Amino acid sequence: MLKCPECDAEIKIPSDSIEGEIVTCPDCGASYELVKDGEKFDIKPAQVVGEDWGE
Amino acid sequence: MTSETKPISSLTILYDNMRWEEKALYESAKKRGIQVDNVNCKSLFIDLNEKDSRYKDRIIVQRCVSYFKSLHSTAALEGLGAYVVNPLQAAATCGNKLFAHMRLINAGVKTPKAISAFSEESAIAALDNFGYPAVIKPTIGSWGRLVALLRDKDAAKAVIEDRMHMFPLYHIYYVEEFVKRPPRDIRAIVVGDAVVAAIYRYSSEGDWKTNMALGGRAEQCPVSTQLEDICMKAARAMDGEIVGVDLMESEEEGLMVHEVNNTTEFKNTVKTTGVDIPGLMIDYLSDLGK
Repeated sequence: MLKCPECDAEIKIPSDSIEGEIVTCPDCGASYELVKDGEKFDIKPAQVVGEDWGE
Repeated sequence: MTSETKPISSLTILYDNMRWEEKALYESAKKRGIQVDNVNCKSLFIDLNEKDSRYKDRIIVQRCVSYFKSLHSTAALEGLGAYVVNPLQAAATCGNKLFAHMRLINAGVKTPKAISAFSEESAIAALDNFGYPAVIKPTIGSWGRLVALLRDKDAAKAVIEDRMHMFPLYHIYYVEEFVKRPPRDIRAIVVGDAVVAAIYRYSSEGDWKTNMALGGRAEQCPVSTQLEDICMKAARAMDGEIVGVDLMESEEEGLMVHEVNNTTEFKNTVKTTGVDIPGLMIDYLSDLGK
């Protein structure tokens, strides 16, 4: 369980999560990318879209 | 490739965002007993001079959503002896609309007629000759961004003038004919030697573009022999192994390919058709070891 840096709500991290996945705060809707911090996950603000993103 | 004669026991998924597609590939590989090494490209560093690289003979699925990360990491890993799907040639060609256009026409694949020009003045002069309406596209770009419908010379001048203030890549003018077609296009997924699924993608209301990223809707599209033939020709023209082929149904010329995607998205195609595309992709990759 992590705290949303924006609104302090609790964000659940599913057990089968993979680094790089995007999680969304259930309260304020902010998006975060999962990053590894040792064996545990941490979150950082997600890049919503990059100029060169796409298929 | 190694000379092993059994399906692979491990593979690498190279990604920069873990989307539905990448998780589905991971789960499909796990189900088949294949050990998966998920590598986040943003954490990757590569010694380009590494001898006996750990990547040699490694099968790597390239899934970066960032085009430049995808292109350059493919170049590095392929150069170190990895077998990257799709290969560098496919990434370079599919990612550039002008390069792709030349490959398609030389392979005899119908694609919208196009012109290219390399200055503001020559682009306007070329359009006078080419005619309106026309569609201007960046040579590199996705999800319909910076694609504009030029209905007349005034519109062309406005768009081209804007581009003069952008990065030099946008001073390469690539313009296609506006193809008369139903308000939909086709996305077909090629895995190896077959089209495994296809969908119609309908424009969202008030938009002439059909990209799903812009909010269009999808329906299942039957895979006819004609569709399969043109898709396979397009995939081969690009050196693509697993690609998404986008087609239009021209009122005058029938099926024509307007894009081949080398890191294709397939979530909407799976949801619309029920075809297990990630499973088929993993089966194809697994058989590369045979």
